[in-house]
Amino acid sequence: MSGAGPRENIFPTRMALTNTKLRLKGAQTGHSLLAKKRDALTTRFRAILRKVDEAKRKMGRVMQLASFSLAEVTYATGDISYLVQEQAKSASFKVKAKQENVSGVVLPAFEVDRVPGTDFNLTGLGRGGQQVIRSKEVYAKAVETLVELASLQTAFMILDEVIRATNRRVNAIEHVIIPRLENTVKYITSELDEMDREEFFRLKKVQGKKKRDAEKADKLKSLQNADAERSPNVVEEGVESGGDLLSNRDEDVIF
Amino acid sequence: MEALFYNVDAGFLEGIVRGYKTGLLTQNQYNNLTQCESIEDFRTQLSATDYGNFLANEPLPISTSTIADKATQVLVDQFNYLRSNAVEPLATFLDYITYAYMIDNVILLITGTLHERDTHELIERCHPLGVFDSMPALCVASNVEELYHTVLVETPLARFFRDSLSAAELDDLNIEIIRNTLYKAYLEDFYALCQKIGGPTADIMSRILAFEADRRSINITINSFGTELSKEQRARLFPAIGRLFPEGNNQLARADDIDQVRGACEAVSEYRAFFDSSATGGAPSNANGSTAHLLGELDDGGVGADLEDRFFLYEVHLNKQAFLQQFQYAVFYAYIRLREQEIRSLTWIAECIAQDAKDRIHDFIPIF
Repeated sequence: MSGAGPRENIFPTRMALTNTKLRLKGAQTGHSLLAKKRDALTTRFRAILRKVDEAKRKMGRVMQLASFSLAEVTYATGDISYLVQEQAKSASFKVKAKQENVSGVVLPAFEVDRVPGTDFNLTGLGRGGQQVIRSKEVYAKAVETLVELASLQTAFMILDEVIRATNRRVNAIEHVIIPRLENTVKYITSELDEMDREEFFRLKKVQGKKKRDAEKADKLKSLQNADAERSPNVVEEGVESGGDLLSNRDEDVIF
Repeated sequence: MEALFYNVDAGFLEGIVRGYKTGLLTQNQYNNLTQCESIEDFRTQLSATDYGNFLANEPLPISTSTIADKATQVLVDQFNYLRSNAVEPLATFLDYITYAYMIDNVILLITGTLHERDTHELIERCHPLGVFDSMPALCVASNVEELYHTVLVETPLARFFRDSLSAAELDDLNIEIIRNTLYKAYLEDFYALCQKIGGPTADIMSRILAFEADRRSINITINSFGTELSKEQRARLFPAIGRLFPEGNNQLARADDIDQVRGACEAVSEYRAFFDSSATGGAPSNANGSTAHLLGELDDGGVGADLEDRFFLYEVHLNKQAFLQQFQYAVFYAYIRLREQEIRSLTWIAECIAQDAKDRIHDFIPIF
């Protein structure tokens, strides 16, 4: 029993047994806690996965619309890219990062911060201004979707990593640490039992020996008492009992 | 009288232009083009038209901008042929056509100079029709003051600049305001030239230019809603020609929303139609409806975009009418505008094919 699995190299004492049992209990509590964390994270992970999927599909559609609206601008006004590039002075679309806590995991979340008004709102004044504004709005929406997707994707990666680590820990506790501690407990218990039995046996032996000694002492005492009446006979009988080896034949000896 | 001697100087070129005009794509060819599954098909279809093999030497993933560039190049070649064969006063008339593109190019260079960029690389981005010999000279200018003087000395645009802008203004004003100021001066000048030429040219060109001026006024009004452009500034950008001038322009200058713009255009029956149908919503606004759930409140842009299409449509209509009369120069202008519209349509179709947006592919403006 005690040698069935890996166990800690520990001296089997009652003290060690108490310690190991405490550790086992700790490991079990830890295991259930980690399992809970894992479940919480997995739930979150699944939700994010679904959102990522949605966001990606949405991004596909929005980006298509956006590039199409740019085509509309080109149709109405021609190439305005250089003018727009040059007139852009300050960013009207900013991304802020904040942190969100999910069961002890810090997830970065990105937020869109739009400054109203633009630097190039007179672009296409003569013609196509409406298309330019529209295209700008559509692209802003597209970038918003991208930002959303970015925060989801980052959360996705981080959660994936954390879930892996948690899983590793849970599995390690479940399949390595707990069995080992259990084995150790079993080993210590069995060793202690063994020691108990040995002790018992030894005590019994000692008791038996003592009994035997007492009996012997009693016999001796009674013999001595009898001897006091007739001592020579006893001595002769004892000498004769040895006998001659050659005179009586042994069955085992063939020749 | 002009019919008598017209053919002496311009008869040959008019013949050429009318020949070019028959090369414009027909409805049938547009139908074929819209059926294309890929840009490759598109190219094959185009090679059967007057464009010929203009895309033949392009490496295979052809971008829509390449198509637009190459098509523009075809137009530029045709124009240069006309220009080199022209004599006065047609030569001046053709020069005036290029001034519109020159304004755009000079504005581009001014933008580059204002932001202290290397303007040499901007030369490539300029519209080829607006290229003039002394353009590289403009790149030498390192600040706006110098540039202003170079423009005055070197370019044909000098008179527009001289009358409407000073060097100091070039620095502070928004580039779009400068552009529109110049354009206003250009339109008025072109109008005066056409009046000087007289005869049927003046008749037809005044109609086209009046519409162009009105279109700009209306566009500027609509596009300036909600921007920092003040009403006085806005009023200064309206060309002093056109059917809306002066009464309609005054109303436009005071307008605060699209309804007032509509009110200003009530007086002209053709323009009234633009707003009537755009209020009820035409076919393109249906396409907007399908995307509305994604984009939210962009309906406002829909009306403006719709209006733009109607303007294009009416412009094509006017330009087509220019071909109905003989012995006048308006055909040259009309041809260039029609060809430009055709390039826009081609780019649009190519863009729709490339982006797989088949539901909007019919939103171009066919000419014949």
